[in-house]
Amino acid sequence: MKFKDYYDVMGLGRDATQDDIRRAYRKLARKFHPDVSKETDAEIRFKEIGEAYAVLKDPEKRSAYDQLGENWHAGDEFRPPPDWDAGFEFRGRGPGDRNASDFSDFFSSLFGEEFRQSGPHRGHAGFQARGEDHHAKVLIDVEDAYHGATRGIVLRTPELDGAGHLTARERTLNVKIPKGVKQGQRIRLSGQGAPGVGNGAAGDLYLEIEFKEHPLYRVDGRDVLLNLPITPWEAALGANVPVPTPDGPVSLTIPANTTSGRKLRLKARGIPGQPPGDLYAITQITVPEASSDAAKALYRKMEQELAYNPRSKLGV
Amino acid sequence: MKIQILSGMVLDEQTELSLGDLCRACSQHEDWVRELVAEGVLDPIGGDHRQWRFPAEALQRAHIAMRLQRDLDINLPGVALVLDLLEELDQARARLHRIEPG
Repeated sequence: MKFKDYYDVMGLGRDATQDDIRRAYRKLARKFHPDVSKETDAEIRFKEIGEAYAVLKDPEKRSAYDQLGENWHAGDEFRPPPDWDAGFEFRGRGPGDRNASDFSDFFSSLFGEEFRQSGPHRGHAGFQARGEDHHAKVLIDVEDAYHGATRGIVLRTPELDGAGHLTARERTLNVKIPKGVKQGQRIRLSGQGAPGVGNGAAGDLYLEIEFKEHPLYRVDGRDVLLNLPITPWEAALGANVPVPTPDGPVSLTIPANTTSGRKLRLKARGIPGQPPGDLYAITQITVPEASSDAAKALYRKMEQELAYNPRSKLGV
Repeated sequence: MKIQILSGMVLDEQTELSLGDLCRACSQHEDWVRELVAEGVLDPIGGDHRQWRFPAEALQRAHIAMRLQRDLDINLPGVALVLDLLEELDQARARLHRIEPG
Protein backbone atom coordinates (compact mmCIF):
# COMPACT_ATOMS: atom_id res chain seq x y z
CA MET A 1 0.00 0.00 0.00
CA LYS A 2 1.33 3.44 -0.92
CA PHE A 3 1.43 6.36 1.43
CA LYS A 4 -0.80 9.25 0.39
CA ASP A 5 0.24 12.82 1.06
CA TYR A 6 -3.10 14.50 1.64
CA TYR A 7 -1.51 17.94 1.88
CA ASP A 8 0.14 17.44 -1.47
CA VAL A 9 -3.15 16.28 -3.02
CA MET A 10 -4.76 19.54 -1.96
CA GLY A 11 -1.72 21.69 -2.77
CA LEU A 12 -1.36 22.82 0.84
CA GLY A 13 1.45 23.09 3.36
CA ARG A 14 1.25 21.26 6.67
CA ASP A 15 0.66 24.56 8.43
CA ALA A 16 -2.58 25.22 6.51
CA THR A 17 -5.46 26.51 8.64
CA GLN A 18 -8.89 24.84 8.61
CA ASP A 19 -10.08 27.80 6.53
CA ASP A 20 -7.27 27.23 4.01
CA ILE A 21 -8.28 23.58 3.78
CA ARG A 22 -11.91 24.37 3.21
CA ARG A 23 -11.06 26.97 0.57
CA ALA A 24 -8.66 24.65 -1.25
CA TYR A 25 -11.25 21.89 -1.20
CA ARG A 26 -13.96 24.13 -2.65
CA LYS A 27 -11.70 25.30 -5.46
CA LEU A 28 -10.48 21.83 -6.37
CA ALA A 29 -13.93 20.27 -6.06
CA ARG A 30 -15.30 22.77 -8.57
CA LYS A 31 -12.38 22.19 -10.90
CA PHE A 32 -12.53 18.39 -10.83
CA HIS A 33 -16.19 17.60 -10.20
CA PRO A 34 -16.88 14.84 -12.75
CA ASP A 35 -20.17 16.40 -13.85
CA VAL A 36 -18.56 19.74 -14.55
CA SER A 37 -14.93 19.07 -15.37
CA LYS A 38 -13.54 18.03 -18.71
CA GLU A 39 -10.15 17.14 -17.24
CA THR A 40 -9.40 13.59 -18.36
CA ASP A 41 -8.64 12.29 -14.87
CA ALA A 42 -11.38 14.33 -13.16
CA GLU A 43 -13.07 11.38 -11.51
CA ILE A 44 -9.87 10.03 -9.95
CA ARG A 45 -8.72 13.46 -8.85
CA PHE A 46 -12.14 14.26 -7.38
CA LYS A 47 -12.06 11.10 -5.28
CA GLU A 48 -8.53 11.84 -4.07
CA ILE A 49 -9.53 15.35 -3.12
CA GLY A 50 -12.65 14.10 -1.33
CA GLU A 51 -10.57 11.60 0.60
CA ALA A 52 -7.91 14.15 1.52
CA TYR A 53 -10.60 16.58 2.66
CA ALA A 54 -12.40 13.95 4.73
CA VAL A 55 -9.19 13.59 6.75
CA LEU A 56 -7.92 17.16 6.88
CA LYS A 57 -11.24 18.86 7.65
CA ASP A 58 -11.69 16.75 10.76
CA PRO A 59 -9.32 18.05 13.48
CA GLU A 60 -9.05 14.64 15.12
CA LYS A 61 -8.31 12.71 11.96
CA ARG A 62 -5.97 15.46 10.87
CA SER A 63 -3.88 15.41 14.03
CA ALA A 64 -3.72 11.63 13.94
CA TYR A 65 -2.59 11.82 10.32
CA ASP A 66 -0.08 14.57 11.16
CA GLN A 67 1.34 12.36 13.88
CA LEU A 68 2.42 9.89 11.24
CA GLY A 69 4.99 12.54 10.61
CA GLU A 70 6.59 14.18 7.65
CA ASN A 71 8.93 11.27 7.09
CA TRP A 72 6.49 9.68 4.72
CA HIS A 73 6.35 10.73 1.09
CA ALA A 74 3.62 10.15 -1.44
CA GLY A 75 4.10 6.75 -3.02
CA ASP A 76 6.22 5.30 -0.18
CA GLU A 77 5.37 1.73 0.71
CA PHE A 78 3.20 2.17 3.79
CA ARG A 79 1.97 0.11 6.73
CA PRO A 80 0.30 1.82 9.66
CA PRO A 81 2.55 1.66 12.74
CA PRO A 82 1.02 -0.39 15.56
CA ASP A 83 -1.25 1.63 17.83
CA TRP A 84 -0.64 4.64 15.64
CA ASP A 85 -4.09 5.98 16.46
CA ALA A 86 -4.00 5.42 20.23
CA GLY A 87 -5.51 8.34 22.01
CA PHE A 88 -7.58 9.57 19.10
CA GLU A 89 -11.26 9.19 18.80
CA PHE A 90 -12.81 9.35 15.39
CA ARG A 91 -16.34 10.47 15.10
CA GLY A 92 -16.93 8.99 11.73
CA ARG A 93 -18.28 10.59 8.66
CA GLY A 94 -21.14 12.99 8.56
CA PRO A 95 -24.30 12.12 6.66
CA GLY A 96 -23.39 14.40 3.74
CA ASP A 97 -20.08 12.69 3.06
CA ARG A 98 -19.43 10.67 -0.01
CA ASN A 99 -19.59 6.93 0.21
CA ALA A 100 -16.52 5.51 1.92
CA SER A 101 -16.22 2.84 -0.74
CA ASP A 102 -14.80 5.60 -2.94
CA PHE A 103 -11.80 5.95 -0.68
CA SER A 104 -8.45 4.23 -1.01
CA ASP A 105 -7.02 1.25 0.87
CA PHE A 106 -4.67 3.73 2.50
CA PHE A 107 -7.62 5.64 3.94
CA SER A 108 -9.44 2.56 5.17
CA SER A 109 -6.29 1.14 6.74
CA LEU A 110 -6.12 4.28 8.87
CA PHE A 111 -9.73 5.21 9.43
CA GLY A 112 -11.70 2.29 8.03
CA GLU A 113 -12.75 0.43 11.15
CA GLU A 114 -13.42 3.50 13.19
CA PHE A 115 -15.85 5.19 10.88
CA ARG A 116 -17.66 1.98 10.29
CA GLN A 117 -18.10 1.38 13.98
CA SER A 118 -19.33 4.85 14.65
CA GLY A 119 -21.28 5.22 11.44
CA PRO A 120 -24.71 6.75 11.63
CA HIS A 121 -26.52 3.46 11.11
CA ARG A 122 -24.69 1.24 13.55
CA GLY A 123 -26.88 -0.44 16.11
CA HIS A 124 -30.14 0.13 14.31
CA ALA A 125 -31.47 -3.39 14.05
CA GLY A 126 -33.16 -4.05 10.75
CA PHE A 127 -31.58 -1.05 9.07
CA GLN A 128 -31.77 -1.23 5.31
CA ALA A 129 -30.72 0.99 2.47
CA ARG A 130 -30.74 0.78 -1.27
CA GLY A 131 -27.32 0.14 -2.78
CA GLU A 132 -25.49 2.92 -4.56
CA ASP A 133 -25.90 3.43 -8.29
CA HIS A 134 -22.83 2.90 -10.39
CA HIS A 135 -21.97 4.80 -13.53
CA ALA A 136 -19.70 3.75 -16.35
CA LYS A 137 -19.01 4.71 -19.93
CA VAL A 138 -19.16 2.27 -22.78
CA LEU A 139 -17.22 2.99 -25.95
CA ILE A 140 -18.86 1.84 -29.15
CA ASP A 141 -18.35 2.29 -32.88
CA VAL A 142 -20.78 4.21 -35.04
CA GLU A 143 -21.54 0.92 -36.79
CA ASP A 144 -22.72 -0.57 -33.47
CA ALA A 145 -25.45 2.07 -33.29
CA TYR A 146 -26.69 0.89 -36.69
CA HIS A 147 -26.67 -2.82 -36.03
CA GLY A 148 -26.58 -3.30 -32.28
CA ALA A 149 -23.71 -5.07 -30.53
CA THR A 150 -22.64 -6.85 -27.38
CA ARG A 151 -19.89 -5.28 -25.31
CA GLY A 152 -17.91 -6.69 -22.42
CA ILE A 153 -17.53 -4.09 -19.71
CA VAL A 154 -15.02 -4.46 -16.89
CA LEU A 155 -16.13 -2.86 -13.65
CA ARG A 156 -14.15 -2.48 -10.47
CA THR A 157 -16.49 -2.74 -7.54
CA PRO A 158 -15.20 -1.95 -4.06
CA GLU A 159 -16.52 -4.34 -1.46
CA LEU A 160 -15.79 -5.46 2.09
CA ASP A 161 -14.23 -8.86 2.61
CA GLY A 162 -14.93 -11.11 5.61
CA ALA A 163 -12.39 -9.30 7.77
CA GLY A 164 -13.94 -5.92 6.98
CA HIS A 165 -11.23 -4.81 4.58
CA LEU A 166 -12.01 -2.89 1.47
CA THR A 167 -11.06 -4.76 -1.68
CA ALA A 168 -11.72 -4.13 -5.33
CA ARG A 169 -13.47 -6.90 -7.15
CA GLU A 170 -13.32 -6.96 -10.92
CA ARG A 171 -16.27 -8.25 -12.80
CA THR A 172 -17.06 -8.36 -16.47
CA LEU A 173 -20.55 -7.79 -17.72
CA ASN A 174 -21.63 -8.58 -21.23
CA VAL A 175 -24.16 -6.00 -22.19
CA LYS A 176 -26.36 -5.78 -25.21
CA ILE A 177 -26.12 -2.42 -26.94
CA PRO A 178 -29.36 -2.09 -28.90
CA LYS A 179 -29.32 -0.38 -32.26
CA GLY A 180 -30.39 3.23 -32.38
CA VAL A 181 -28.40 4.53 -29.39
CA LYS A 182 -27.06 8.08 -29.44
CA GLN A 183 -23.98 9.76 -28.00
CA GLY A 184 -24.51 10.45 -24.31
CA GLN A 185 -27.58 8.25 -24.03
CA ARG A 186 -27.75 6.01 -21.04
CA ILE A 187 -28.72 2.40 -20.52
CA ARG A 188 -29.99 1.39 -17.12
CA LEU A 189 -29.22 -2.08 -15.81
CA SER A 190 -31.46 -2.56 -12.81
CA GLY A 191 -29.87 -4.18 -9.79
CA GLN A 192 -26.33 -4.21 -11.24
CA GLY A 193 -25.05 -1.44 -8.96
CA ALA A 194 -23.79 -1.82 -5.42
CA PRO A 195 -25.56 -4.36 -3.21
CA GLY A 196 -28.06 -2.97 -0.73
CA VAL A 197 -27.61 -2.92 3.03
CA GLY A 198 -29.86 -5.25 5.00
CA ASN A 199 -32.87 -6.05 2.88
CA GLY A 200 -32.36 -2.97 0.73
CA ALA A 201 -32.42 -3.43 -3.03
CA ALA A 202 -29.21 -3.28 -5.07
CA GLY A 203 -28.47 -0.05 -6.89
CA ASP A 204 -28.58 0.32 -10.64
CA LEU A 205 -25.78 0.46 -13.15
CA TYR A 206 -25.93 3.26 -15.70
CA LEU A 207 -23.92 2.92 -18.87
CA GLU A 208 -23.33 6.05 -20.90
CA ILE A 209 -22.85 5.59 -24.62
CA GLU A 210 -19.77 7.19 -26.08
CA PHE A 211 -18.72 6.85 -29.69
CA LYS A 212 -15.13 6.14 -30.60
CA GLU A 213 -13.50 8.53 -33.03
CA HIS A 214 -14.21 7.27 -36.51
CA PRO A 215 -11.97 8.00 -39.51
CA LEU A 216 -14.98 8.80 -41.73
CA TYR A 217 -18.04 9.58 -39.67
CA ARG A 218 -18.96 12.18 -37.05
CA VAL A 219 -22.17 11.97 -35.09
CA ASP A 220 -24.61 14.69 -34.12
CA GLY A 221 -27.49 13.13 -32.20
CA ARG A 222 -28.76 10.54 -34.66
CA ASP A 223 -27.40 12.41 -37.67
CA VAL A 224 -24.14 11.24 -39.14
CA LEU A 225 -21.77 13.52 -41.05
CA LEU A 226 -19.22 12.52 -43.64
CA ASN A 227 -16.80 14.52 -45.76
CA LEU A 228 -17.28 13.51 -49.39
CA PRO A 229 -14.48 14.37 -51.82
CA ILE A 230 -15.70 15.04 -55.37
CA THR A 231 -13.96 16.07 -58.58
CA PRO A 232 -14.42 19.49 -60.19
CA TRP A 233 -16.28 17.91 -63.12
CA GLU A 234 -18.61 15.96 -60.80
CA ALA A 235 -19.29 19.24 -59.00
CA ALA A 236 -19.86 21.22 -62.21
CA LEU A 237 -21.73 18.70 -64.31
CA GLY A 238 -23.50 16.70 -61.65
CA ALA A 239 -22.99 12.98 -61.14
CA ASN A 240 -24.04 9.88 -59.31
CA VAL A 241 -21.28 8.88 -56.90
CA PRO A 242 -20.97 6.06 -54.39
CA VAL A 243 -21.02 7.13 -50.73
CA PRO A 244 -20.03 4.88 -47.84
CA THR A 245 -22.47 4.61 -44.95
CA PRO A 246 -22.18 2.44 -41.82
CA ASP A 247 -24.91 0.34 -43.46
CA GLY A 248 -22.96 -0.15 -46.70
CA PRO A 249 -22.41 2.06 -49.76
CA VAL A 250 -25.27 3.93 -51.41
CA SER A 251 -25.46 6.06 -54.53
CA LEU A 252 -25.83 9.80 -54.16
CA THR A 253 -26.80 12.32 -56.81
CA ILE A 254 -24.54 15.37 -56.93
CA PRO A 255 -26.56 18.19 -58.53
CA ALA A 256 -24.89 20.24 -61.25
CA ASN A 257 -22.97 23.31 -60.03
CA THR A 258 -22.44 21.99 -56.52
CA THR A 259 -20.08 24.06 -54.42
CA SER A 260 -17.61 22.88 -51.82
CA GLY A 261 -19.00 22.47 -48.29
CA ARG A 262 -22.56 21.77 -49.40
CA LYS A 263 -24.48 19.36 -47.16
CA LEU A 264 -26.25 16.73 -49.22
CA ARG A 265 -28.79 14.83 -47.19
CA LEU A 266 -29.39 11.11 -47.36
CA LYS A 267 -32.70 10.88 -45.59
CA ALA A 268 -33.01 8.25 -42.84
CA ARG A 269 -29.51 6.90 -43.49
CA GLY A 270 -28.29 8.10 -40.08
CA ILE A 271 -28.59 6.17 -36.84
CA PRO A 272 -31.86 4.21 -36.79
CA GLY A 273 -34.61 5.29 -34.41
CA GLN A 274 -38.00 6.93 -34.30
CA PRO A 275 -37.42 9.09 -36.19
CA PRO A 276 -34.14 7.86 -37.70
CA GLY A 277 -31.29 10.29 -38.23
CA ASP A 278 -30.07 11.51 -41.60
CA LEU A 279 -26.67 11.11 -43.14
CA TYR A 280 -25.08 14.27 -44.47
CA ALA A 281 -22.38 14.11 -47.11
CA ILE A 282 -20.41 17.36 -47.03
CA THR A 283 -18.90 17.99 -50.44
CA GLN A 284 -15.20 18.75 -50.73
CA ILE A 285 -14.05 19.52 -54.23
CA THR A 286 -10.57 18.12 -54.71
CA VAL A 287 -8.44 19.15 -57.62
CA PRO A 288 -6.19 16.71 -59.50
CA GLU A 289 -2.51 17.66 -59.65
CA ALA A 290 -1.19 19.13 -62.85
CA SER A 291 1.45 16.44 -62.98
CA SER A 292 1.60 15.78 -66.70
CA ASP A 293 1.78 17.96 -69.79
CA ALA A 294 -1.70 16.84 -70.80
CA ALA A 295 -3.08 17.87 -67.40
CA LYS A 296 -1.33 21.24 -67.59
CA ALA A 297 -2.76 21.81 -71.06
CA LEU A 298 -6.27 21.08 -69.79
CA TYR A 299 -5.93 23.56 -66.93
CA ARG A 300 -4.61 26.21 -69.34
CA LYS A 301 -7.53 25.63 -71.62
CA MET A 302 -9.94 26.10 -68.70
CA GLU A 303 -8.14 29.28 -67.72
CA GLN A 304 -8.55 30.70 -71.21
CA GLU A 305 -12.10 29.61 -71.88
CA LEU A 306 -13.87 29.92 -68.53
CA ALA A 307 -12.73 33.42 -67.54
CA TYR A 308 -13.53 32.68 -63.93
CA ASN A 309 -12.64 34.90 -60.98
CA PRO A 310 -13.42 33.14 -57.67
CA ARG A 311 -12.44 36.34 -55.80
CA SER A 312 -14.89 38.70 -57.46
CA LYS A 313 -16.80 39.06 -54.16
CA LEU A 314 -13.59 40.11 -52.44
CA GLY A 315 -13.42 43.13 -54.74
CA VAL A 316 -10.14 42.10 -56.38
CA MET B 1 -19.84 -22.08 -20.39
CA LYS B 2 -22.73 -20.04 -21.55
CA ILE B 3 -22.04 -16.32 -21.42
CA GLN B 4 -24.84 -14.32 -19.94
CA ILE B 5 -25.72 -11.22 -21.90
CA LEU B 6 -27.53 -8.50 -20.02
CA SER B 7 -30.07 -6.24 -21.62
CA GLY B 8 -30.75 -2.91 -20.03
CA MET B 9 -33.37 -0.28 -20.52
CA VAL B 10 -32.34 2.40 -22.99
CA LEU B 11 -33.30 5.77 -21.63
CA ASP B 12 -34.37 7.23 -24.96
CA GLU B 13 -37.07 9.55 -26.23
CA GLN B 14 -39.69 6.85 -25.87
CA THR B 15 -38.97 6.38 -22.18
CA GLU B 16 -41.24 8.17 -19.74
CA LEU B 17 -40.85 8.15 -16.00
CA SER B 18 -43.41 8.85 -13.31
CA LEU B 19 -42.70 10.82 -10.16
CA GLY B 20 -42.37 7.52 -8.31
CA ASP B 21 -39.89 6.10 -10.88
CA LEU B 22 -37.73 9.18 -10.55
CA CYS B 23 -37.80 9.11 -6.74
CA ARG B 24 -36.83 5.45 -6.68
CA ALA B 25 -34.04 5.89 -9.23
CA CYS B 26 -32.57 8.76 -7.20
CA SER B 27 -33.37 7.33 -3.75
CA GLN B 28 -34.93 10.66 -2.94
CA HIS B 29 -38.16 11.83 -1.41
CA GLU B 30 -40.97 13.12 -3.60
CA ASP B 31 -40.54 16.60 -2.10
CA TRP B 32 -37.04 16.85 -3.50
CA VAL B 33 -38.25 16.11 -7.05
CA ARG B 34 -41.09 18.58 -6.62
CA GLU B 35 -38.57 21.24 -5.63
CA LEU B 36 -36.58 20.53 -8.79
CA VAL B 37 -39.76 20.99 -10.81
CA ALA B 38 -40.63 24.20 -8.99
CA GLU B 39 -37.14 25.52 -9.75
CA GLY B 40 -37.51 24.62 -13.42
CA VAL B 41 -34.71 22.05 -13.34
CA LEU B 42 -37.16 19.39 -14.51
CA ASP B 43 -40.09 19.98 -16.79
CA PRO B 44 -42.64 17.16 -16.60
CA ILE B 45 -45.68 16.76 -18.84
CA GLY B 46 -49.09 16.61 -17.15
CA GLY B 47 -50.75 18.99 -14.74
CA ASP B 48 -51.02 17.37 -11.35
CA HIS B 49 -47.92 15.75 -9.82
CA ARG B 50 -49.71 12.40 -9.71
CA GLN B 51 -49.95 12.51 -13.51
CA TRP B 52 -46.45 13.84 -14.12
CA ARG B 53 -44.48 12.13 -16.87
CA PHE B 54 -40.76 12.88 -17.13
CA PRO B 55 -38.63 12.36 -20.24
CA ALA B 56 -35.60 10.08 -19.79
CA GLU B 57 -33.11 12.96 -19.75
CA ALA B 58 -34.81 14.15 -16.56
CA LEU B 59 -33.18 11.25 -14.75
CA GLN B 60 -29.72 12.34 -15.82
CA ARG B 61 -30.44 15.94 -14.84
CA ALA B 62 -31.76 14.78 -11.48
CA HIS B 63 -28.65 12.66 -10.91
CA ILE B 64 -26.34 15.55 -11.72
CA ALA B 65 -28.41 17.89 -9.51
CA MET B 66 -28.11 15.38 -6.67
CA ARG B 67 -24.32 15.15 -7.00
CA LEU B 68 -23.85 18.91 -7.31
CA GLN B 69 -25.91 19.49 -4.16
CA ARG B 70 -24.07 16.78 -2.26
CA ASP B 71 -20.51 17.42 -3.42
CA LEU B 72 -20.39 21.16 -3.91
CA ASP B 73 -23.10 22.36 -1.53
CA ILE B 74 -24.86 24.28 -4.29
CA ASN B 75 -28.43 25.42 -3.63
CA LEU B 76 -31.21 24.70 -6.10
CA PRO B 77 -31.13 27.96 -8.09
CA GLY B 78 -27.37 27.40 -8.42
CA VAL B 79 -27.91 23.81 -9.55
CA ALA B 80 -30.43 25.00 -12.14
CA LEU B 81 -27.95 27.54 -13.47
CA VAL B 82 -25.09 25.00 -13.62
CA LEU B 83 -27.28 22.52 -15.50
CA ASP B 84 -28.32 25.12 -18.05
CA LEU B 85 -24.74 26.25 -18.57
CA LEU B 86 -23.51 22.66 -18.86
CA GLU B 87 -26.09 22.02 -21.55
CA GLU B 88 -24.98 25.09 -23.48
CA LEU B 89 -21.34 24.10 -23.07
CA ASP B 90 -22.06 20.59 -24.36
CA GLN B 91 -23.81 21.97 -27.41
CA ALA B 92 -20.97 24.41 -28.09
CA ARG B 93 -18.37 21.65 -27.69
CA ALA B 94 -20.31 19.31 -29.99
CA ARG B 95 -20.53 22.06 -32.57
CA LEU B 96 -16.85 22.81 -32.35
CA HIS B 97 -16.10 19.11 -32.67
CA ARG B 98 -18.09 18.91 -35.91
CA ILE B 99 -16.10 21.80 -37.33
CA GLU B 100 -12.71 20.73 -35.95
CA PRO B 101 -12.80 16.99 -35.25
CA GLY B 102 -10.17 15.57 -32.90
